[in-house]
Amino acid sequence: MAEPLIRLQQVTKSFGPVDVLKGVDFEAYAGKVTALVGDNGAGKSTLIKGLSGVQPYDGGVVSFEGREVHLTNPRQASSLGIEVVYQDLALCENLDIVQNMFLGREELKQGTLDEAAMEFSAIKALQSLSVRTVKSVRQKVSSLSGGQRQTVAIGRTVLRNAKLVILDEPTAALGVAQTEQVLNLVRRLADNGLGVIIISHNLADVFQVCDYISVLYLGNMVARLETVKTTRDEVVAYITGTKVLEGVNE
Amino acid sequence: MNSQSLGSGHEGSLRDQIGAYFQRLRTGEMGALPAVVALVLLAVLFSALSPYFLTKLNFANLFVQAAELATLAIALVFVLLLAEIDLSAGVTAGVGMAIFTILNQKLGLDPFISIVAGLAFGALVGSTLGFFVAKIGVPSFVVSLGFFLAFQGLQLIMLGDGGIFRVDVPFIKSLMNDNLPGWAGWAFLGIMLAVSAFLSLWDRARRRNAGLVNRPISLMFIKLATIAVLGGIAIGILNENRSVSIIDISGVPIVVPVVIGILFVGTFVLDRTKFGRHLYAVGGNPEAARRSGIKVAKVRITAFIVCSTLAVFSGLLHASRIGSVESTAGRTIVLSGVAAAVVGGVSLFGGRGRLVHAVIGALVIAIIDNGLGLIGLPAGINFLVTGGVLTAAATVDALSRKRSSGSIVRT
Repeated sequence: MAEPLIRLQQVTKSFGPVDVLKGVDFEAYAGKVTALVGDNGAGKSTLIKGLSGVQPYDGGVVSFEGREVHLTNPRQASSLGIEVVYQDLALCENLDIVQNMFLGREELKQGTLDEAAMEFSAIKALQSLSVRTVKSVRQKVSSLSGGQRQTVAIGRTVLRNAKLVILDEPTAALGVAQTEQVLNLVRRLADNGLGVIIISHNLADVFQVCDYISVLYLGNMVARLETVKTTRDEVVAYITGTKVLEGVNE
Repeated sequence: MNSQSLGSGHEGSLRDQIGAYFQRLRTGEMGALPAVVALVLLAVLFSALSPYFLTKLNFANLFVQAAELATLAIALVFVLLLAEIDLSAGVTAGVGMAIFTILNQKLGLDPFISIVAGLAFGALVGSTLGFFVAKIGVPSFVVSLGFFLAFQGLQLIMLGDGGIFRVDVPFIKSLMNDNLPGWAGWAFLGIMLAVSAFLSLWDRARRRNAGLVNRPISLMFIKLATIAVLGGIAIGILNENRSVSIIDISGVPIVVPVVIGILFVGTFVLDRTKFGRHLYAVGGNPEAARRSGIKVAKVRITAFIVCSTLAVFSGLLHASRIGSVESTAGRTIVLSGVAAAVVGGVSLFGGRGRLVHAVIGALVIAIIDNGLGLIGLPAGINFLVTGGVLTAAATVDALSRKRSSGSIVRT
């Protein structure tokens, strides 16, 4: 198998006396979608916050593109090419799509905002994801549906030249048709060569779009499965702890 | 880009553009439209009720009466966009003017330096307010209320009980009391048209170079023609003698180009600079702004500095109009300033509104004040009407906010 885009080896994280991550191994590949599943309290959020630099890990080794890195703050993670799309999307409803996609990284020309250049890049980024669901890139975000907003948030990561995109529950609040839209988008993101990590509780979504499934159980990585070689029941068994991978010591 | 499936709202003919405008109105993005309609209706109403309303003299008076309020409202928009408020703006202006008077009259300093000192005081107050709000997290309503009370005391201490000091500096008095020569009014209109055309063409050139569609150029000509016609009528009227005595009074009041200049610079900053974009972002969703790497506290503090400094300038206009600096100046005007901004269409919830809205709102408040005064109704009625208009405007704001966020109120 190819070199993983990101590899975590034996990462740990504790909050006071509570060990949330007890030496986790995890990998994600460019061009592949990896699901991170697990019950509430399994340590998914902590794992992701470490990857995004918000809460650095206590111990363990993180390698990005084969080189060892120390993720200590969000800016640095972002400059490496790691972008997180949080569940609440962090969009400004009073601004339009282009303005949101360039928020905090506005392009300037002669000291003023270069709206034309930003609009052009935003359109290109959305086109690279074959987005057709928005009518105008100058629409205010307040007028967009949940799925369209998710599209904008994902499009923003493309604009930032992300190599690894982490999506936190991207379909949690969406209806059937919009979920479909977003999953297609996720697939295209991976087809464009990016590494994608999805955190999800929805196994139907996971099986539809993911190549690999990693299962966390109480701070341990209990399984790393290829989607085509596993079943829903098996994944549920790992999530609930009724099945434990051989070689993993409790 | 021939296979462009994504639009940007710039496509289509003039007819499509007009259709899109009405579409935006329906989704609750009404902007200044209700205020403009109110302005026209009030003008028609007062013209019918009072023979003195539609006179050349009153037309000029309206601009002068609105100028001070418009400047204060523009100042307040900077903090209102953050969903904050500065209740102390009026008395900050009062203290700023007290500083001016003391430096200029008691210490004999150059008037220009004294004004700069007053403005610097405004900037200092703004940064202090901003510090309390952005760094410590005290609600702006409470901090600025504290400043509001404290500065009233400061005014009394500085100028004495019932202290009134005449302002005799010629260039300050002429701000609100003198007029431009006839040709200068037309020259000013020419400059406005040229700047407006230049900005439009600049934007179009940038879009063309990026390979993007431009709106039909006829739209630009319609906009320029509107400015030319409305501006031309106004200047034509103002350039005629409006005096009721034998002394000739004609020309555009000097304060008009001053306020339009502030409006233009402010709008340029809000629409075309990074700071402006970040101000709207922080007002819309501070958490999203923070995560995007925007220095939220810095933006907030800067907005308060702009607000307080501009407020002191509005105080200068006040002093110019009444010809004196008093120890009680600026106590009530701040609420009218907030009212003007909200009536014009600036949202109290933050993130929505433009400076021009504040100016239109100030005209509405001024026209109510002016018209009711001419009809001869008691002052009490004035407050009742202004209060009613403000309540109506705030209701429109709340409803349109609900509508644009998706949860439409059905009755």
